[in-house]
Amino acid sequence: MDVKYYLRERFFPHLWCAGCGHGIVLNALIRAVDSLAIKKKDMVMVSGIGCSSRISGYVDFHSLHTLHGRALAFATGVKLSKPSLNVIVPMGDGDALAIGGNHFIHAARRNINITALVMNNRTYGMTGGQFSPLSGVGTKATTAPYMNIDREFDTVELASAAGATFVARTTVYHVKQLQSMLKKAIKHDGFSVLEVLTQCPTYFGRKNRKGSAVDMMNNYRDTTVPIGSDKKKENPELIERGIFVDKNLPEYCQAYADLVERASA
Amino acid sequence: MAKKITFVQGNEACALGAMYAGLDFYAGYPITPSTEIAETLAVTMPAAGKKFIQMEDEISSMCAIIGASLTGNKVLTATSGPGFSLMQEALGYAVMAEIPCVVVNVQRGGPSTGNPTHVSQGDVNQARWGTHGDHSIVALSASNHQDVFRMTVEAFNIAEIYRTPVILLFDEVIGHMREKLIVPEEGEIPLVARLRTSLKEGVNYHPYLPREDGRLPMSDFGDVHRFNVTGLYHDMWGFPTDKPELVQDLLRHQINKIENNVHKMTFYKSYFLEDARTVLISYGSAARSALSVVKQRRNRGESIGLLELNTIWPFPAELVRECTQHADLVAVVEMNVGQLTQSVRLAVGDQQEVHLINRVDGQMIIDKDIKKILRILQGRGI
Repeated sequence: MDVKYYLRERFFPHLWCAGCGHGIVLNALIRAVDSLAIKKKDMVMVSGIGCSSRISGYVDFHSLHTLHGRALAFATGVKLSKPSLNVIVPMGDGDALAIGGNHFIHAARRNINITALVMNNRTYGMTGGQFSPLSGVGTKATTAPYMNIDREFDTVELASAAGATFVARTTVYHVKQLQSMLKKAIKHDGFSVLEVLTQCPTYFGRKNRKGSAVDMMNNYRDTTVPIGSDKKKENPELIERGIFVDKNLPEYCQAYADLVERASA
Repeated sequence: MAKKITFVQGNEACALGAMYAGLDFYAGYPITPSTEIAETLAVTMPAAGKKFIQMEDEISSMCAIIGASLTGNKVLTATSGPGFSLMQEALGYAVMAEIPCVVVNVQRGGPSTGNPTHVSQGDVNQARWGTHGDHSIVALSASNHQDVFRMTVEAFNIAEIYRTPVILLFDEVIGHMREKLIVPEEGEIPLVARLRTSLKEGVNYHPYLPREDGRLPMSDFGDVHRFNVTGLYHDMWGFPTDKPELVQDLLRHQINKIENNVHKMTFYKSYFLEDARTVLISYGSAARSALSVVKQRRNRGESIGLLELNTIWPFPAELVRECTQHADLVAVVEMNVGQLTQSVRLAVGDQQEVHLINRVDGQMIIDKDIKKILRILQGRGI
């Protein structure tokens, strides 16, 4: 396939640091869209603010680069007003779950057919490495020099509890799985959440002595396991990868179309 | 066809005006005293096949209408003071990304939760400067339901022509008061449709390259032209830039497209101004009381007149100067501590003192209140 067909080269070079995992997500995303044979004109990417959110400018889709935390709210307007569009919303962990937490749970509750991609690097990269709601207790950040005392969200549990009908997690080490999960998430008829663990060697890695980008990726290999693995029973610290929720419930735009029929009857 | 005569609240008149203007998409969050706009549209929009959504807050409401505008829709949200505060960041986004949209603020007493069920005109300057950064804004007002309807339609028209957010600055009295509304017939008020690019697929479309007349043709999300929309300073492609000349050009463009066309978007009403020695300036429900005073005094032979502003922003300074230049006494009647009075003072300059006649206790200013202060200003004792 021709990756460049999907890229806006005018926008390059991209602004991500050397070793950043976000480029792997971009690559997998393009391959997923290509293999689903979705036309570029039917794709809309809506993003907020942060390193991850710049992904929307690099792809040759309709792209809406919005406000910090509000991407899902803008996306709700796009999707409900034109349900035929495929709407993907890439967000960082702070963007999605700190400032955007309210929109995240309500988009999940509505089960509107949007694909939310949480690119979790456990830090605010754009502003220089502050702790996020996914950094976790005991990590270090520029705003947590004596170690973070803030407990973290579990994206999967939060999304599931809020009502998302497709919830999955993987990492940028597991590129094939990332690609196949992206395809499933995009195809899913409802609100889908895919959390992707992606390394930030520049800030999170450096502050927490995680080594190089390669070391951080190897760490994803060593600290994650497929859902239901025996290793997880022996070591609860391991992070599960896979599809946690995949169910069919009434989708919001379809429910609205039904409502219109009732109202005009 | 017989005219449709209704007896409605101002909020209903606004909703009717929005539907007349071709409203496609509404997103909002309940808040007193604007809620009836949402309640009315929740009934009428789905029945007409239009989209209505109640969002989780006012922030998301404002964001959702911007998203929906980009797929080619006429969009609206309605709120009051606290919600209007929450919308300010996204309102600035609509300014920067040049997204047509209409925002209603039915004003109540502030700051904070303030006086939710009572009238105020305290958001005049929030409408002007509520979002951060240098920018211009359009804000319209009305003192009766016929004008609420009319200004709502004009708000949609201005939003489309100038690719800008437009604020409808109503107030609690106007929103909740019931009076007659004659619904205009189709075609009676001209409607402005979205200007879309005529460029075919494969031809480069620049979403932020103004035509010679200054207008920017749009292309709907989902159509053949794919482009980037951002709240960052951007070039003609919509790609982010911090090049000083491009930053300055865009800022100037966004301000000039409004400020250079003040006369085209100035709506006002003048009552007995030709020979008026005393000129009152007012807007919204306060203008009803001001007009009542003017009529009473005219009946007694006093040369007094009223300039009622339907366009608050951009401030029609030239009009105000013309209407006040021969006056002995100029007074602004408003329900705040002098928010528009400041602009009137700037407009008339040092030539003339501009007085404020106000009330800020949550009660509507009535003719007696105005007459009491006028007596003092005219040196006729208390």
